[in-house]
Amino acid sequence: MRNIKIILVKEFRQIFRNKQMLFILTFMPVLQLVILANAATFEMKDIKIAFVDNDLSSASRQMIGKFEGSNYFTIAGHLESEKQAEQALDKGECDLYLAIPNHFERDLMREGASPASIVVNAIDGSKASLSAQYTNSVINDFMQGFTADNIGYSSKASNLNLLKKINISYANWFNPELNYQAFMVPGLLVLLVSLVGMFVSGMNIVREKEIGTIEQLNVTPIKKYELIVGKLFPFWVLGIFELAVGLSIGKLLYDIPIVGSLPLLFLFGGVFLLLVLGIGFLISTTADTQQQSMFITWFFTVVFILLSGLFTSIENMPNWAKIITYFNPLRYFMEAVRMILLKGSGFSDISFHFIVVCCYGLVINVLATLMYRKTN
Amino acid sequence: MANSIEIKNVSKSYGNTVALKDISLSVNSGEIFGLIGPDGAGKTTLIRILATLLLPDKGSAVMTNYDVVKDYKKVRSSVGYMPGKFSLYQDLTIEENMQLYATMFGTTVEENYHLVKDIYSQIEPFKKRRAGKLSGGMKQKLALSCSLIHKPEVLLLDEPTTGVDPVSRKELWEMLKKLKNDGVTVFVSTPYMDEASLCDRIALIQAGEILGIDTPESIVNSFDKTLLSINSSDKYKLLNDIRSYEHCNSAFPFGESLHYTDKRTSFDIPQIYEYLRNCGNTNVEIAVIKPAIEDCFMNLMVGE
Repeated sequence: MRNIKIILVKEFRQIFRNKQMLFILTFMPVLQLVILANAATFEMKDIKIAFVDNDLSSASRQMIGKFEGSNYFTIAGHLESEKQAEQALDKGECDLYLAIPNHFERDLMREGASPASIVVNAIDGSKASLSAQYTNSVINDFMQGFTADNIGYSSKASNLNLLKKINISYANWFNPELNYQAFMVPGLLVLLVSLVGMFVSGMNIVREKEIGTIEQLNVTPIKKYELIVGKLFPFWVLGIFELAVGLSIGKLLYDIPIVGSLPLLFLFGGVFLLLVLGIGFLISTTADTQQQSMFITWFFTVVFILLSGLFTSIENMPNWAKIITYFNPLRYFMEAVRMILLKGSGFSDISFHFIVVCCYGLVINVLATLMYRKTN
Repeated sequence: MANSIEIKNVSKSYGNTVALKDISLSVNSGEIFGLIGPDGAGKTTLIRILATLLLPDKGSAVMTNYDVVKDYKKVRSSVGYMPGKFSLYQDLTIEENMQLYATMFGTTVEENYHLVKDIYSQIEPFKKRRAGKLSGGMKQKLALSCSLIHKPEVLLLDEPTTGVDPVSRKELWEMLKKLKNDGVTVFVSTPYMDEASLCDRIALIQAGEILGIDTPESIVNSFDKTLLSINSSDKYKLLNDIRSYEHCNSAFPFGESLHYTDKRTSFDIPQIYEYLRNCGNTNVEIAVIKPAIEDCFMNLMVGE
């Protein structure tokens, strides 16, 4: 016990004397939450739309008016021909254009339908599909209004009436305002805790190897477990601290919902930290220099983050990728944090996640302890 | 007197590189034992094996009656180790480093203060200073204090004088002598032959093999050849000429002059003088000198 205590004292002294480390530890949560939570948004605003109106009728103008009235679109211009519109798309002056054919109004009146076309710049796939969706919804809106106004003139009015009857309405559960930050912030919390756990702890152990202090440490009669506990515990405390800071920023700045139990969140966070600390420790047993450790950790972190469901939902991944995510520790904590914070899930709801993280952590830590040798 | 260190047939290789070849030696308790050899001779490897940081491939080593492999835990508490590279925490102060190592060895600075007093008292006025901000000599005193704080019976020092100024070197050897008087066995490695005379006994090591073990005096006395110091205007020509001399046993440049031994047991100095003159060397001077450890080392190397 005395040995663990002296190692802890030493580690905390070193952490608080390492100015760069302190800077990173304090600014990382602030920076990530302030910048990333705002910047990494999937909400679409100001989609630049151009129109090629070949009809110039009241119906076509009405439809364009609907776009002008929408929050999602800004009008990039009214163009003469589709050719011009294509050029505008090429130059990036607009994100999509809507081409309204000749006799648009007449066909609409007579047939109840007319083939207008939307051409979208699909370099960014998700942006393209979202803007197409928004466009469709604006057109639908127009169609409903148009049919209602012109009901007497339309021969196909009955069909359109039918369309009008099927009025789909949405309710967004657990995040009723579709607040993107409520989705992002819990994810960023996981990112924070993982980075502290994997990078900082792993680097710390390798640093002792690099500057040779591990030599002198290894000739002391201190036991392996004492050394490991003494080395990892400070970073566990830091990780919990980061989680608390991140959560506070999320609540104060973005007012993210905290529906579930905080003790449960911290319990899960604590166990998850043991797991990521173990990963950092395992990497540090194989690396000889901080640079090596950085590269290996970075490699794993990038894969872990991309497959964690932070940005892209795991449900949409292909099957093989889904299988890989089961080996990704971040995935479990990511889901659990969102479930606890947004849905108010209790222990029974996340028990699967909890058990997996526990077992995973146990395996990794046992492996790392076996790999760590005081003698070569 | 009992043996403090008993090394038997120790071998160690790193891949295909052989670092130690069947090394055997014993160190009496309470003596200063010097392991002397050039860089890459295997000094550090041997010390790391004794410090329980490396496992020997073959053979065994016993430190203060404990086997370095089986009883490594007991060895660790009875041995002090000072690596060649300063390896204390640069971001901790002198005092904090001392406390850390004292605690890890299950003792306190106060309890064993008398052991390190002579050395530690010199750096104690700066005890609030971080180790990274100390001068080389002070760092060394700190490292020595830290490796002595748990009252070791044997102190292992790996090249403590490499890269240290002459004054600090002298101080260090005085400290080692004091430790010896306190009954600590000192096992020290060094590439400097001139430090050999400061040891009670020495082992000459080269390419993983021991060339000889004895007191410095006996090693010098065992030098059975007449040693000549030869000088001339053109040293490079002189070296080439003397090496192609038919009776030449060894010729090495030693600072200003060239040290030469002959294959014959009795020979005429004028004869060599004549030979060198005939080769075209000018200002040739030849003198008989007393051999030093370095000469013995070179001689043993040639013998190999």
